This record gives sequence, structure tokens and C-alpha cells, in this order.
Amino acid sequence: MTLPSPGQRVLMAGNNAIAQGAYEAGVYFASGYPGTPSTEILEVISEYPEIRAQWGTNEKVAFDEAMGVAMSGKRALVSMKYVGLNVAADSFMVFPFAGTVGGFVVISADDPGMYSSQNEQDNRYFARLAQVPMIEPSDPQEAKDFVRLAFELSEKFSTPVMYRTSMRVSHSKGMVTVGERSEVPAKTFVKDIPNWVVPVFAKGLRAKLDAKLARISEYVETYPYNRVEEGSSKVGVITSGASYTYAKEILPDATVLKLAITYPLPKQTLIDFCARFDQVYVIEELEPFIEEQLRFWGVTNIIGKDRFPHTGEFSPDVVAKAVFDEEPVQDFSGEFDLIVRPPQLCPGCPHRGAFLALRKSGALVNGDIGCYTLGCLPPLSANHTTFCMGASIGNAFGFGVGGTDKVVAIIGDSTFVHGGIQPLIDVVYNGGNTTVMILDNRTTGMTGHQEHPATGMTLQGKEAPRLDLVKLVKAIGVEHVQVANPFDQKEMYSAVKEALEYQGPSVIMTNQPCIFARGEKGRKYTPFVVLEDKCTKCGACQRIGCPGVLPGEVPAIDEVACTGCSLCEQACKFGAIVRKGDA
Amino acid sequence: MSGVTNILLVGVGGQGTILASKILCYAALDQGYQVKMSEIHGMAQRGGSVVTQVRMGDQVFSPVIDPGEADMIVAFEQLEAYRWTHFLKPGGVLIVNDQKIVPLPVLIGAAAYPGSVLADLEQKVSRFVALPALNLATEAGNSKSTNVVLMGALARFMNFPQEVWQKALEEKIPAKLLEVNRRAFEAGYNWQA
Repeated sequence: MTLPSPGQRVLMAGNNAIAQGAYEAGVYFASGYPGTPSTEILEVISEYPEIRAQWGTNEKVAFDEAMGVAMSGKRALVSMKYVGLNVAADSFMVFPFAGTVGGFVVISADDPGMYSSQNEQDNRYFARLAQVPMIEPSDPQEAKDFVRLAFELSEKFSTPVMYRTSMRVSHSKGMVTVGERSEVPAKTFVKDIPNWVVPVFAKGLRAKLDAKLARISEYVETYPYNRVEEGSSKVGVITSGASYTYAKEILPDATVLKLAITYPLPKQTLIDFCARFDQVYVIEELEPFIEEQLRFWGVTNIIGKDRFPHTGEFSPDVVAKAVFDEEPVQDFSGEFDLIVRPPQLCPGCPHRGAFLALRKSGALVNGDIGCYTLGCLPPLSANHTTFCMGASIGNAFGFGVGGTDKVVAIIGDSTFVHGGIQPLIDVVYNGGNTTVMILDNRTTGMTGHQEHPATGMTLQGKEAPRLDLVKLVKAIGVEHVQVANPFDQKEMYSAVKEALEYQGPSVIMTNQPCIFARGEKGRKYTPFVVLEDKCTKCGACQRIGCPGVLPGEVPAIDEVACTGCSLCEQACKFGAIVRKGDA
Repeated sequence: MSGVTNILLVGVGGQGTILASKILCYAALDQGYQVKMSEIHGMAQRGGSVVTQVRMGDQVFSPVIDPGEADMIVAFEQLEAYRWTHFLKPGGVLIVNDQKIVPLPVLIGAAAYPGSVLADLEQKVSRFVALPALNLATEAGNSKSTNVVLMGALARFMNFPQEVWQKALEEKIPAKLLEVNRRAFEAGYNWQA
């Protein structure tokens, strides 16, 4: 990647712009954990040598480290998807009590519409819960500029600042004018126990935080980036973030109060604005965060969630429908025989071999967050529950306690390091009879192949001490540990069978890499082929759910897609699938 | 939303819609348009249905294209053309690569790939082009240039000068693959049924 130079105007995605903003703001340290739609922020930041950037083992760890850097007097940033803030919430709620020394910005990337997420959650409420000011960009230019504003705000009031982006801002491109980096002089941490030992001095700090928030509330009344765009029509609009762009498309003549800071809200500015109009549209994606506050303040001439949906992503159409009662465009796609195209495990994915063995075992499988969530889809149908990072192991323990026979927790290598270690300790400690399968594909797959401690590489691709997962689980106290090759079905199934029969905690580690893991791309494969004369058309090869096995009168193997993993060969009882050249 | 051209690129994760959109955006910027572009990352990229939205004009706020709003749709795969055609404006252009990529339900025998996609679409859309982009790319020297063949086909319906497209190819494609992709672009541009 070539980094843009100052003064250049570049087409940039929101996440790249945030990274550029961090660079320009003189950020010294950036940490985070991968998660769509936030991942690229840290990946791009890692290209700037001036910033020390790193993946944390999870969002809480990343948060605490960035928080430490900020307390030490330098600008620090932590980046995560919105559910990551659930993980980091403990620190996020308490740090504001003390405030910060150097600027500290917490990036939360929301995913309205759940394009790549397990739930829909409006993280603006986190800002209110933590009593932390929050800034929200609408497009890539603002995505860049607002990073600097966030740091200025953080240092002005000695507070963490939440920077809320969303999928549409992070993954949309627009023109950005690039600026220079300004180095920020480091500040000094002063040993002041009554400020920094929060639990002991919480009561006093609570009052200080309240007073600070009152000062910020006053400040935002005149904040220049909360701006009014005067229009010619009699319609008023209050909006922020991505919703602003939809409002401008649908109501180009309206007078718009565009909020940059959405917590705390500028009370008097909002009340005065609403008083100018008969009716004001509050156009905000997801929950009625602004609207509730307005109604609490006694403003009644607003149109909000009585007309606008409170779930799903907004678009210009969603706004048009709410404002004009516009009928949706005639959708003739219903006349077509449309077949869904869900994402699926790639040809050559090692998870497929694990799922085939699990399916055969008849076990109840508690899943976790990663590509292997897709094991729930037919024909594998071998992942039976999935919620959030690290939940699989505790859930499997619980199913066992609840009386379910044959339970397996499955969890990827990155997810295990993120949130699986402590539950495994708990399983051993509390005498669980739980089987945990660690699907070690040597990368963080679903978010686009990031490194983590067990890959032995840093964010920048430099060698790091590699966390040995087998040694780790043994050290935790798991005595029954097997390493199995998921492309060898006999070995894989017998490992599952043995672990399930074993009384006590057991771990199975799979040992084949993701086809996109470092060093795997560009590997030459010998594909398999179907011998038409031996094929009985029994369909067994298609029941492994590989996109490389193409349906037809006689099934065929897509030679371009095939990685030669041999799972289809092992599924064929008639010897009709052979390695190309061996026929 | 007058004065803004909306283009959708739809396909299957891994087909190269993102590189195609980069070429398109580069050309549009070179023509002096404001450009907004939006794409899907994450889980859907694992062989799922993907869409890239490109909007260009004098002033563009939203990066999002709604149903019935696209001036042009380039479908990298037949079934994806089926899925997204209702995003086309009346009178809009639909360009379809006649390639079929089997989705999971067909793969496991739970559904059959529809047989009449191209005929059905031709009925619905007056400005309709279907082309064998994969074959054209293979003939040009690299099956992976299918996306560039489709950009060539799109270029016929856009009023950008040829030099702009050539410059975009030079900017966005590695030098050693440039010649193949130039041929692929030309094959798409000149293709006639």
C-alpha cells in the first residue's frame, strides 16, 4: 500500500480515512481486535511507522493497554466492532471516573442491518452509560477529520471519547483531502492516588464526573461541528452519522441540524431549533437515542420512531417512505425462482473435515464466532448453537451439567485466545466432562486473515513468540489432549469418539491451515477428478457440502477450486474419485 | 437525485467485483465527478452474494442505491442478475455475464439452478446485454480477467473517452497483467451477440 501525501485528494474508504486521521492527529499507540466493520482501521494504521500498532488478544486487553498509554501522557486509540465494546465495557465504564492524561479515543464500529454480525446493537447508549462524549462522522472526509476533533475533545476535558462509526461509513468510499501529521507533546502522569485508584475514591470521583459532563454539555451548545444547514423549505431535520447522507438525498431543501457530537446532546440548541418549525424529523438509524432525549426535555413537535423503523439499516428509500408515505418500487423479483446464496465454507477448508466427523458422532455442538459458524448450514448441519466470542466452552460445560450426553464445544484459534482460555480453566477447575475442539487454522479467518499470538506473527507480519496452544491447554490441566488432521476422516472421527468417551475435560486440536493463511496462498494443488465409469451417482460426495464438487448427471470436480483436500475421495465408497494423474 | 449515475456491480464473493469497482471509480473521478462507493465485507465474502454500489455526479451524499434506482447493473453471474434486477430504473441497462456459479442449495440438491434466467431478464429489461465474459477473458489470456471484460462491456454505455479507461486500467492493474487485461477490456467493449 502506498500512503497518500499531504494535500492529495484521494478516494478512500471510511476505515482508511480513520487511519489517516489517526496518523494526522499524532496518535502514538493504536490497539484493537479484528471485527467487521472495524478491521481495516488497525490494518491501515499499521502501515504508518510513526504509530505503534498492535492486535490485542481481545478488546478488553487492547482497551486496557491503550488506556495505559493514554494515562502515561500520549495519544492512544483503541478500535473494535461494536460487540467488542461489550467485552471492553468494564474498563470503558470506569476509566471516565478518573479521566485521562493524553488523548484517548475508543472507536466502536456499529453494524446496523447485521451484515456480518450476530446482533443489532445501538452503541450510542454505551456513551450515555459511561458518560463519555461521543462523535459520529457521516462520510470518509469527516471520518478522517473527526479523529483529530475526538482527541482535542478528549484532552480538553480529560475524558475518553467514543468515536462511533457504522458499516456504511467505514466501508464506503469518498474523496478525502489528506493533511500532515502533527506531533503532540507528551504530557506527564502525576501520581495522584485519589484520582487514579478509582474504587477507593469512587464517591468523590462520581461527583467530579457529573460536573465534568455538565461542562461538556455547555461546551457542545456552541460546538462548531454541530452545524445548521439552512434550507428553503419549512421542514426541519435533526440527524447525524450515515443518516445525514440519506436525509440530504431525500430532503435537499430542508433545514438540517447535523450533529457531530451526539452525546452529550446540545439541549438548548435542539430546543431552539425545534421551536423554529411546525414539525421536525429526527432521522436516526436504530434506536430513538436523540428522540427520547428530546421528548424527555418536553419537545413534542418531532417525528421519529412513530414513522421511522428502529431496526435495520437506513437508506434513502427508508427515509422517503417514512417522510412521504412513498410506495416501494414495484419488485418483480418475486416472479423469479430466486435461490438464496448464503456464504459457505471454501473448497479445501479444514473446518469441513471437523464437521464431517462431528456430524458422524451425533454430538451436540456448541459453536463460537468465526467462519465455522457456517457449519450450521446443510448438508453439514453440525453446529447447533452460536452466540458470541468464547461462549462455546461455557455453554458446552452447561449442557453437560444439564444432562446432555455427547457435547462438543468448537472454537477457532483466534477466538480461543480471545475468550476461550478462561472458560477452559473453569471447566478443569469445576470438574467438567467437556470436550473442546480448537479449530486451529492458523489465522483469524472470517475477518480477513489477521495474525494473533498463536500464529507467531504481529500485526505488521513480524515474528513474535508463538503461543503454543497444546502446551497451554496442558498447563491449564487438560490431561486428554489430541491433535488430529481434519482431512483424515478416520483419524478425525476416532479423535472425536475417544474424547467423547473419555471421562473428564478433553481437547482436540485440528492441525490444518486455512487456504488463505500466511504461506498457503499460491500453493500448487493437484485436484481430484471423478471417474464417470465408476460413479454410481449415490450423492455421497455432494453431502460433504464442498463448493468444488459440482452437481450434474454425474458430479464433477471444479479443478480450479479444488485444493486436493481429499474429503470427497474419502466420502466415495466406490473409488470413483481419484487424484488427477492417478486415474 | 437527478444528475447522479447509479451503478451496481453484483456477483459472488471472490469474482473480482471490488477491482472492477476501483477501475470504474478511477475513471469517474478522472472525468471530474464526485464519487461515492459502498461495498460489503466480512462473512458474505465467503462465496455469498455480494454487491458493490457506485454513485457518481456533481453532488453525491449517500453511497447507497435503493431498488428501482440503478442506471446500470453489471451482473457477474446469472443468478445474481436475477436477484438484483429489480434495482434497475425503468430504461436502465443490464449487463450479464452468462456464467453460472452454483449456490449451496443447488450444490446439495435441495434446489435446481433456474434454466431461464437470461430469457426472463430479457423480457423484463429493454436494454439488456448478455455476454460470455468468462470465455472472452480466457480467450484474452486469463480467466481471472472476467471482471475487466465486464468493465469493457459497461464502458460502451458510458460516455467516458477511451483514454480514461485505459488510464484506469494502467493505474489499477499490475504491469505484468496489463496487456492481458487490455485485451480483456477490448473484448468486452467490442462484444456483440
